Amino acid sequence: MAELLKVEGLETHFQTREGVIHAVNGVSFNLKEGETLGIVGESGCGKSVSMMSMLRLIPSPPGKVVAGKALFEGNDLLTINDEQIRNIRGAKISVVFQDPMTSFNPVLTIGDQVAEPYRVHHKAGKKEALDRAVKYLELVGIPNARERLSDYPHQFSGGMRQRAMIAMGLICEPQILIADEPTTALDVTIQAQIIELVKRLRDELGMAIIWITHDLGIIAGLADRVNVMYGGYIIETAPVKDIYKNPQHPYTIGLLGSLPRMDETGYRRLTSIDGLPPILLEKPATCPFELRCRYAKERCRKENPGLMQVEGDGHFTACWVNPKTGKEY
Amino acid sequence: MTEKQVLLKVENLYKHFPIKKGIVFSKQTGAVHAVDGISFNIYNGETLGLVGESGCGKSTTGRTILQLYRPTSGSVVFEGDDLTKLKGENLRRKRRDLQMIFQDPYASLNPRMTVGQIIGEPMEIHGTYKGAAQTKRVQDLLQLVGLNGAFANRYPHEFSGGQRQRIGVARALALEPKLIVCDEPISALDVSIQAQVVNLLEDLQSTLGLTYLFIAHDLSMVRHISDRIAVMYLGIIVELADRNELYANPRHPYTQALLSAVPYPDPFVEEKRKRIILEGDVPSPVNPPIGCRFRTRCQYAKGICAEEKPAFREISKDHFVACHFDIFSQ
Ligand SMILES: Nc1ncnc2c1ncn2[C@@H]1O[C@H](COP(=O)(O)OP(=O)(O)OP(=O)(O)O)[C@@H](O)[C@H]1O
Ligand SMILES: Nc1ncnc2c1ncn2[C@@H]1O[C@H](COP(=O)(O)OP(=O)(O)OP(=O)(O)O)[C@@H](O)[C@H]1O
Ligand code: SF4
Ligand code: SF4
Ligand SMILES: [Mg+2]
Ligand SMILES: [Mg+2]
Repeated sequence: MAELLKVEGLETHFQTREGVIHAVNGVSFNLKEGETLGIVGESGCGKSVSMMSMLRLIPSPPGKVVAGKALFEGNDLLTINDEQIRNIRGAKISVVFQDPMTSFNPVLTIGDQVAEPYRVHHKAGKKEALDRAVKYLELVGIPNARERLSDYPHQFSGGMRQRAMIAMGLICEPQILIADEPTTALDVTIQAQIIELVKRLRDELGMAIIWITHDLGIIAGLADRVNVMYGGYIIETAPVKDIYKNPQHPYTIGLLGSLPRMDETGYRRLTSIDGLPPILLEKPATCPFELRCRYAKERCRKENPGLMQVEGDGHFTACWVNPKTGKEY
Repeated sequence: MTEKQVLLKVENLYKHFPIKKGIVFSKQTGAVHAVDGISFNIYNGETLGLVGESGCGKSTTGRTILQLYRPTSGSVVFEGDDLTKLKGENLRRKRRDLQMIFQDPYASLNPRMTVGQIIGEPMEIHGTYKGAAQTKRVQDLLQLVGLNGAFANRYPHEFSGGQRQRIGVARALALEPKLIVCDEPISALDVSIQAQVVNLLEDLQSTLGLTYLFIAHDLSMVRHISDRIAVMYLGIIVELADRNELYANPRHPYTQALLSAVPYPDPFVEEKRKRIILEGDVPSPVNPPIGCRFRTRCQYAKGICAEEKPAFREISKDHFVACHFDIFSQ
C-alpha cells in the first residue's frame, strides 16, 4: 500500500530550569494507507511529544522541534505555513486525546463541539454541521444522538465523552487518526466497547491509525505494526506478531516479561526491569537503556546503536547484542 | 495443606453516603449505596483480590473494613473482635494490625516530612519505637523494601513513583500489621516498575506471613497476585472463587463480560478472541436497579431478575455467585 506519512529524524527539546530536556532524539517511521501503527513505551519516553511535534502542537516556549521532516501529501508538515497546517489538523489528520483538559470545553454543548471541525473545514452552516454530528454520534453508539446535542459534557459519562471525542475526531473523515491513550482512564468493559468501535470504523472508512498506549494488550489486538520507544528513540519496530513472538531489544523483552498473563496456569515470578528511565538532560552518547540492561557490553557504553534490521521482514532493533546468544551481532 | 484460618470476617456490610440538600436546614434527600450488603472471609496468609469497575465500591469496602469509614450497618470481625463496635483506645490498638497502602504514590506521602519521619510517624503515635531504636527500625524497613537506609533524611519529591510506593509500603509495615489493604498500589506506576512492586509485596508476604486485600482493576495483575478473587458490581459482590476457578469457570454474566474485555498481550490469541461487549453504562449507585443489579446490562435477564434479588449462593465448593440462574447450564 502507498506511503501516507513519512517522518524522518524528528528531534524535540524542552527548555527547563534543570536544563534542556532532549525529549525526542531522532524519530523516523512510515505510515501506510489504512495501516494501524501502535506506539508503546513507558511514561516520558516521548510518545506524545513526537506526535505533537509532527502536528506543530508543541507549546513553544518551552518546546522546540530542532530537526526533522514529516512528509504528508508531498508537503513537510514542519515547514508549511500556519494556515496550511490548520487545514490539515482536525480534517485530514485528527487527534483524540486522553487528557480531559484538552478535550471538551465544559461550557459548550456536545453538539457544537463535535460539529465544530466540520463547520470550520467544510465551511458548513450550523444546521448541516449538526446533522453531520448526529450521524457520527450515532456511529459511535450514542443513543438518541439528536436529543443529546444540547447536553453539556458533564451530562455524559466518561465512556460517552470518549466516544463523543472519537466522533469529533472522525467527523471530517480523516486519513489519519492519532489516538493518544484514549482509553487509559476508562474501565475495561468500556475500553473494549471503544476498541471494537474503532476497529469497525477503521474497516468501514479505511483510515490509518496511530494508537499510543502503554498497554501491550491493547496493541496486540489492534495494531499491524508496533514502534517501541525508549528515551526519545524508537528502539524496536516490527510487524505486531514479530514483536510479541520474537522481541529482539532487551527493553522489549523485559516489558513483555513483566506482564502477567491470564492464560498462564502455574505461578511465574514477574521479571522486573531494575532502575529508572534516563533523565535526558543531554542527547545520550551511549545506548539509552545501558544502565538497566542485563546484556550490556563495553561497546554499549561507548556508542549509541541506531536501528538495524534483524531477522524478519521489517523488523528493526537498536541494540548491539543478539539477546539469544548474548553476543554482539 | 493446613486448615484455613479466618483472619477477618465481613458480614452484611453496608456503607451509604447521605446526599444532603439545603444549607440552613440540611435534609437528607437520598444516599449513595456505595457498599450495599457484602459478606466474605479473608483467611490468614492469603491474598484476596477485589476487582470491579470504577465506582463499584472497592475503596469504600477497604476503608470501611479499616474503620476509616464507619459502616452504616454490618460487622467486621478481626481475630474475634467486631471492629465496628470498638471505640477510642481499643480501636486504635486493634488498628495497628490493619494497615493500608494507597494508589497514588504522589499524593499519599506528606511532602514536608522526611522519609524517616513518614515511616517513623506510626511508631511515634503508637509509642512502639522511640529515639535511636526508631531510627534503626526505619533503616531496617527501608532495606526491607529495597531502598538504601541512608534515604531516611530525604524528602518524597526526591524519589520516583516506584520508590515512593516502596516508602508507602515501609510505612504500612512499621507497626508489624497482620492485614494490609492494598488499594490499587500499582495503578499509577509504569509497567516495568509495577513488576518491581508486585514482586516486593510477594516477598514480604512470604517472609512476614502477611495477609492482603488487594484492590485493583487490572484483572491480569489481580489474577497473578491473588489466591481468591471477589468481583464487585454496583456495591455488591457478584462472584467469589479461587483464582484459577474464577478465570477458567466464571459463572456470573458480569464476570464473564469483564474477563472477556481484558486484552491479552498476544496477537495470536487476540486474533481468535470473541468478546462479550456490554451495552450501556453502570447505573447510578443512588438508585440501583431493584432485583438483580446487573439486569440492565445482562443478556440473560428474565422477568424474575427485575423482581427478586438473587442470593449469594455457593454454586460449587468455595465458589459463590449472585445470579438466579446457572449460566453455564443454560
Ligand atoms: N511542556 C513541557 N515542558 C518540559 N518538558 C516536557 C514538556 N512536555 C513534555 N516534556 C518532556 O518530554 C518528555 C517526553 O514526554 P511525552 O509527553 O512525550 O511522554 P509520553 O511518552 O507521552 O509519556 P506518557 O505515557 O506519560 O504520556 C518527558 O521527559 C517530558 O517530561
Ligand atoms: N466520601 C464519600 N462521600 C460520598 N460518596 C462517596 C464517598 N466515597 C465514595 N463515594 C461514592 O461511593 C461509590 C463507590 O466509590 P469507591 O471509591 O468505593 O469506588 P471504587 O470501586 O474504589 O472506584 P475506583 O476504581 O474508581 O477507585 C461511588 O459512587 C463514589 O462516588
Ligand atoms: S545496546 Fe547494549 S545496553 Fe543497549 S540494549 Fe543492547 S545490549 Fe543493552
Ligand atoms: S440474576 Fe438475572 S439479570 Fe442478574 S445476572 Fe443473573 S441472569 Fe443476569
Ligand atoms: Mg503521553
Ligand atoms: Mg478506589
